[in-house]
Amino acid sequence: MAEKKTLQKRKTEQVEKVERTHDRNVFIPVVDIYETNDEIILVAEMPGVDEKSIDVTLDNDILTIRGRAIDEKPEGYELVYSEYEVGDFERSFSINESIDVDKIEAQYHNGVLTVKLPKTEPAKAKKIEVKIK
Amino acid sequence: MYLSRIWQFDPWRELDRIHDEMNRLFSNTLGRNVASSYPAINIWVNNDGALVTAELPGFDVKDLDITVLNDELRIKGTRKKPDFGKDVQIHRLESGVDSFQRTIQLPYAVESDKVEAKFERGVLTITLPRAEADKPRKIQVSTK
Repeated sequence: MAEKKTLQKRKTEQVEKVERTHDRNVFIPVVDIYETNDEIILVAEMPGVDEKSIDVTLDNDILTIRGRAIDEKPEGYELVYSEYEVGDFERSFSINESIDVDKIEAQYHNGVLTVKLPKTEPAKAKKIEVKIK
Repeated sequence: MYLSRIWQFDPWRELDRIHDEMNRLFSNTLGRNVASSYPAINIWVNNDGALVTAELPGFDVKDLDITVLNDELRIKGTRKKPDFGKDVQIHRLESGVDSFQRTIQLPYAVESDKVEAKFERGVLTITLPRAEADKPRKIQVSTK
């Protein structure tokens, strides 16, 4: 019963080059990414995260999402069987589209973070005339 | 004579176990959502009962179904992927499970009327008080 298996999450430690100041598990959230004509939508599973701690940044085409978990151990109970660990979530993506930074929307509901990144108006296609000699 | 053999070491069963273990090892390195049983749970226990927590991001309270019978807890649930219209392109789809059913064997029989569940931030917490009849009783030893 005491066997530990954390199948559903992967730790970021192997990926990250920079070390963190607080000693805590950091997991890579499971993410779905959609694109419509107007926006890119990112849906990340981040259960148990404190809404106020969620941080979404877009810097030099790198979108980073972060969230700190609320680690409340039930008082007076002993953990006898464990399949998951509580930890923070962090993941970065490179975004190739040009995004309207001021209109980025993020929402956290039922443990899922949804980030909507509206695309900027595409530059008008410029017609280049080919001169024929 | 035959009956006693099931308690002995069975090499085939042992091979099965190793096979499962290997599968688990590889699924772990790929980091994919391939847990044999969804959702991942933790079980906490004290003398008065048990507490089961499960990570269920993206599920809605109204689509979760919890039933208890004696020492067996059953959780069922379904979730829908968000709909972003017709012209949507999917670039990445890592979230796997859309419906699940899991039965958990508890260490105690449970007072089913007093079971409480709460769902916050995608984490389900079920409080399962131990049945009065199942609690250990202290036995007085009389001395003459």
